[in-house]
Amino acid sequence: MIELDGVQRSYPVGAEPLVALKDVSARIAKGEYLAVMGPSGSGKSTLLNILGCLDRPTAGSYRLDGREVGTLSADALSEVRRHHIGFVFQSFHLIGRLSAHENVALPMLLAGIPEDDRRARISTALDAVGLVHRAHHRPNELSGGECQRVAIARATVMRPHILLADEPTGNLDTANGEQIMRLLERMNADGLTLVVVTHDPNIGRRSDRVLVLRDGEIVQRVPGRELRPDALFESRA
Amino acid sequence: MVGVAAVVVLTAVGEGARRYVTQEFTSLGTNLLIVVPGRNETTGSFPGAGGVPNDLTLDDVRAVERDVREARLVVPIAMGNDTVANGERRRQVAVIGTTSDFQQVRHLEVTAGSFLPPGDLERGAAIAVLGAEVARELFPAESPIGRVVRIGDWRVRVIGQLAPKGRQLAVDIDNLVLIPVATGMRIFDLTSLFRVLIEVRVHSNLESAEERVLALLADRHGEDDVTVITQDSVVGSLNQILTALTLAVAGIGAISLAVAGLGVMNLMLVSVSERTAEVGLLKAVGATGRQVQRLFLTEAVLLSLGGALAGLGLGWGLVRAFVALYPAFPASPPAWAVVSVLVLAVAVGALFGVLPARRATGLDPVEALAGR
Repeated sequence: MIELDGVQRSYPVGAEPLVALKDVSARIAKGEYLAVMGPSGSGKSTLLNILGCLDRPTAGSYRLDGREVGTLSADALSEVRRHHIGFVFQSFHLIGRLSAHENVALPMLLAGIPEDDRRARISTALDAVGLVHRAHHRPNELSGGECQRVAIARATVMRPHILLADEPTGNLDTANGEQIMRLLERMNADGLTLVVVTHDPNIGRRSDRVLVLRDGEIVQRVPGRELRPDALFESRA
Repeated sequence: MVGVAAVVVLTAVGEGARRYVTQEFTSLGTNLLIVVPGRNETTGSFPGAGGVPNDLTLDDVRAVERDVREARLVVPIAMGNDTVANGERRRQVAVIGTTSDFQQVRHLEVTAGSFLPPGDLERGAAIAVLGAEVARELFPAESPIGRVVRIGDWRVRVIGQLAPKGRQLAVDIDNLVLIPVATGMRIFDLTSLFRVLIEVRVHSNLESAEERVLALLADRHGEDDVTVITQDSVVGSLNQILTALTLAVAGIGAISLAVAGLGVMNLMLVSVSERTAEVGLLKAVGATGRQVQRLFLTEAVLLSLGGALAGLGLGWGLVRAFVALYPAFPASPPAWAVVSVLVLAVAVGALFGVLPARRATGLDPVEALAGR
């Protein structure tokens, strides 16, 4: 359960602070499939970073499973990210020098999980994305879709209950994108809370609920199936 | 790496020079007093600078032999330079007029024939002992023993040949001709000896012997007109100079190390900015700031350690090459230099790694990951 109340995020730029998020309040239930949409600069990424505990709100409250995390120290936030949140990025962010297996191992290394345990969990995670046979390939030997699947394995290997995906299909062709979305949705069906930031109305329509952001505010909250393809960007040039 | 190599090589050479000089001097025995005619000179390289008031004579030598009980050997040295010839084969060499005891004081060996015989100081026999190089030059195909050579206009018979010894304290033993001291003074028309070497029985007698020699000669000459140099003081001051030199050289090396440290920092900064996305990712998957910082610090330390070891290897190789070229020169990097240069290199790496590591830690993961 994610609870945002009056969350604000501003950056000190010059005399007048730049406000990226004005006043965002939202509840995201456990196991929900939420899409965050909106034009560039609307604050989508800022919101995602705050949800992911990579960034802290300048004002307002963020409670994760009832615990206030908006004011935690940097180290405590690392701890929260490590155990509760998985990230998937548009450009995968795999480490090129490491094999798929090693990339998936990374979060567990940082968390200090013993090697035997690590092996088993990596196999499970790679199996879940159908890439056990590619475990010892490096990212440059994998296709884009495969890279994203490795990234998803990495994001889920610590068994978080929230998965944050920032344009997960942005760098993929339609077929691969579809495959990734199915994978994410299957994990969601297994109980993982899924938050997808996207430009793509087709993805928005598949979600349980869409939050539309504009200029740092939520301007629309609709169930995904009610999202009209043309509803999003009409006022934005 | 270059810094480390430089430190290793330079300190090795500096240390080698120090050891070389010390070894050279101590090979002559530290029980040696050197009497030089003339006063107020400290180096002994310009005897008579400022005028020699009184000659240092063979009578003085005899007086020292008689009255200075601490003295075991008293060896007069008359010095000259002339052409030594065997027929058409000739060579310009240093000629030393001395006595049989010179062999002991200078630790010389005779390969053929015999050394100057002991006997009356005043008896100037026309005999000579040739250094190894001189003997080879003048008699390339045969033994020089029993042959006659000319020194200037004088004819002397060769009675012995020295073993090759190389240079000893700037004197090339192999290029010497040794003749009896009286002969030397006659050939070169000398009234004063060049030096008198006095070897005392035990090291602890050195000071009292020095005093006694000075008093005796002052008494005989009517004034204080000789200088006595002890081996110890010469070795001591040279040692000091060369140690200072080694340190200075090590200092220069240390500066180049600091420069190398800046290089490491630069490299690390580049590495950090090249890997902002990676840093952001590490943070996203739960790395704490401290973990990220430790990662980059470790990298910096490994980098400089690698450089230091490579430098050490390079330096060692250079020193080995140097030693191979100049075997007489005992160049080897002192242990303190090797250890401190390693410690310093790693410390420099860590120090200059802190800033990039800090920067990596301070990176905003949001921006770090935004690089789409």
